[in-house]
Amino acid sequence: MEFKVPTMAELMAAGEEPEILFWVGCAGSYDERAQKITRDICKILHHVGLKYAVLGTEESCTGDPAKRAGNEFLFQMQAMTNIEVLNAYNIKKIVTGCPHCFNTIKNEYPGLGGTYEVIHHSQLIQDLINEGKLKAEGGESFKGKKITYHDPCYLGRGNGVYEAPRKALEVLDAQLVEMKRCKANGLCCGAGGAQMFKEPEKGNKDVNIERIEEALATEPQFIAAGCPFCMTMLNDGVKLKDKEQEVKVLDIAEITARANGL
Amino acid sequence: MVVAGTALFAFNARKVIRNIKLGKAANRSDKPQERLMTMLKVAFGQTKMAVRPVPFLLHLVVYLGFVIINLEVLEIVIDGIFGTHRVFAGLGGLYNFLIGSFELLAAGVWLACAIFLIRRNVVKLKRFSGVEMKSWPKSDANYILITEILLMSAFLLMNAADAKLQALGVAHYQQAGAFPVSTWLLGLLPNNINTLIFIERFCWWFHIVGIFGFLNYLPYSKHFHIMLAFPNTYFSNLNPKGEFTNMDSVTNEVKAMLDPSFVPAETAPGKFGAKDIQDLTWVNLLNAYTCTECGRCTSVCPANMTGKLLSPRKIMMDTRDRMEEVGKNIDKHGADHQDGKSLLDDYISREEIWACTSCNACTEACPVNIDPLGIIVELRRYAVMEESVAPASINAMLGNVENNGAPWKYSPADRFNWAEGD
Repeated sequence: MEFKVPTMAELMAAGEEPEILFWVGCAGSYDERAQKITRDICKILHHVGLKYAVLGTEESCTGDPAKRAGNEFLFQMQAMTNIEVLNAYNIKKIVTGCPHCFNTIKNEYPGLGGTYEVIHHSQLIQDLINEGKLKAEGGESFKGKKITYHDPCYLGRGNGVYEAPRKALEVLDAQLVEMKRCKANGLCCGAGGAQMFKEPEKGNKDVNIERIEEALATEPQFIAAGCPFCMTMLNDGVKLKDKEQEVKVLDIAEITARANGL
Repeated sequence: MVVAGTALFAFNARKVIRNIKLGKAANRSDKPQERLMTMLKVAFGQTKMAVRPVPFLLHLVVYLGFVIINLEVLEIVIDGIFGTHRVFAGLGGLYNFLIGSFELLAAGVWLACAIFLIRRNVVKLKRFSGVEMKSWPKSDANYILITEILLMSAFLLMNAADAKLQALGVAHYQQAGAFPVSTWLLGLLPNNINTLIFIERFCWWFHIVGIFGFLNYLPYSKHFHIMLAFPNTYFSNLNPKGEFTNMDSVTNEVKAMLDPSFVPAETAPGKFGAKDIQDLTWVNLLNAYTCTECGRCTSVCPANMTGKLLSPRKIMMDTRDRMEEVGKNIDKHGADHQDGKSLLDDYISREEIWACTSCNACTEACPVNIDPLGIIVELRRYAVMEESVAPASINAMLGNVENNGAPWKYSPADRFNWAEGD
């Protein structure tokens, strides 16, 4: 990247505080595909001049997969350790690159002593667009392109965020097409509830195939996602259907970064 | 009969309440105003039914019919006790209007129930089938619909016979009421006055006995939702659907582990998660009694639609069946009886609970805010924390989170390497 991503430790050493902490998440940190999304979120933050920082190696799993799998002990151990770090840095506002981290920190950390204003990166993008700080210019044109958006469960049904990602796409002047099951009725990609880390139970189809068939039925050029797990599941689906050439799965952040030539 | 019918219902309803109280405590006394609004909107206003317009309209007719026609039962009872004939006839035009509307609604209910029967038994909608919809649950639904059709038929036939007796000027049958629907049945009736009186009396008794019979059928049936939908929505979860409860018992232990000087508050020792119905909360158990087995949850469940064993409706039905079983054990053998069975494994299998993606499609789809996910999570908690039994890949993931702070086997030292890419 053309700029250095600031860490909390560095800011603290310089006696500064960021406006917002970017919580990267495990997928965003380690998964090669998701790392690209992470870097694009940083590029957007850098582009608009928002003072931000990441925890870097001080970040650890929120505990979400442990909690969904039923291990409350491990979840709370992770949560309390993270809360200690966040509170020590006097964090007030957090943007996450993952709906699972978003849900956990926003809803489940306050009861354990960690209360912050938490937003998902699609909400940040919407805010930046509303404030006029972010447009869709200087980069790739999505004008008239057919895009369908897949609602992540923990962003949509889980927390009622349906409009922000759509607003981020509307600004592209693209042709947004909805799948039959969208918003509150959206169909899961198949990865939630710790399914990402295990083989599916015996059945007659994989959930991501069911979903990708529905997405492909809208004949899109792009499938927009807002979650690194959905990204994996949708990408796998597109590959299995042999549609990699015609259809690209991109995160809201990637589309925004591309549209702005970042 | 009124007394006996009501007493029997009270007796059975008390058992249901006792069974629900077998569950653990849960605080749902917060935000009374928001709870009331939720109940008015979701239960009274049936807003979540509207997602599917055809059953919404049919159900609305039956719902309104049930509530409104039951006003007439008041008159039927008073007439029965005091030997009067249509005691409210003094209301004049209003009375005619009311009886006329009851008749139109009764015809609507009749038709809606007939369509419901066709949807279940002729069209065989997929939503009404499934492994859990065999034997009793299947018959239960049909019994309810047939009973409602019979009750409405009796009501209309009673009015028709009454109207004919009124027209013939028979003593006791003074002119009262308007009969827009039952007029059409007049041709079916004989002209003999005694036979007419017999038909009128028979239908009157059939209707009144039928209603009290139906009332006492409710606690055994999925049809209990007509009452429990109201408390169930009132006490439903108001937090964001994505939020899982934090377990206080665990918080104490974790705090003690992280900070040796921490002295936890006294809490009763109990198991983590749920193996049986006593380990669930009373809200979970109330949910189970409220379920009317409509199958909206199962029809939108990603696991179920892709052929997995999991069916959220079955989770609720299993919970209710197990609760009934435990209740019967208490009646027979006393409160401490153990039958060696449990909700997990004897009713709900491991394969089912691990197939859930926690996507909340089921809770979103439920027209009365039932939460199958809440039960699934408690069962997982028991399996993982009490037994350490989970799919191998889940155990590997948990090990990674514990050792590396990530669900995959990567070094924490590499966590920031993403910043070095382009």
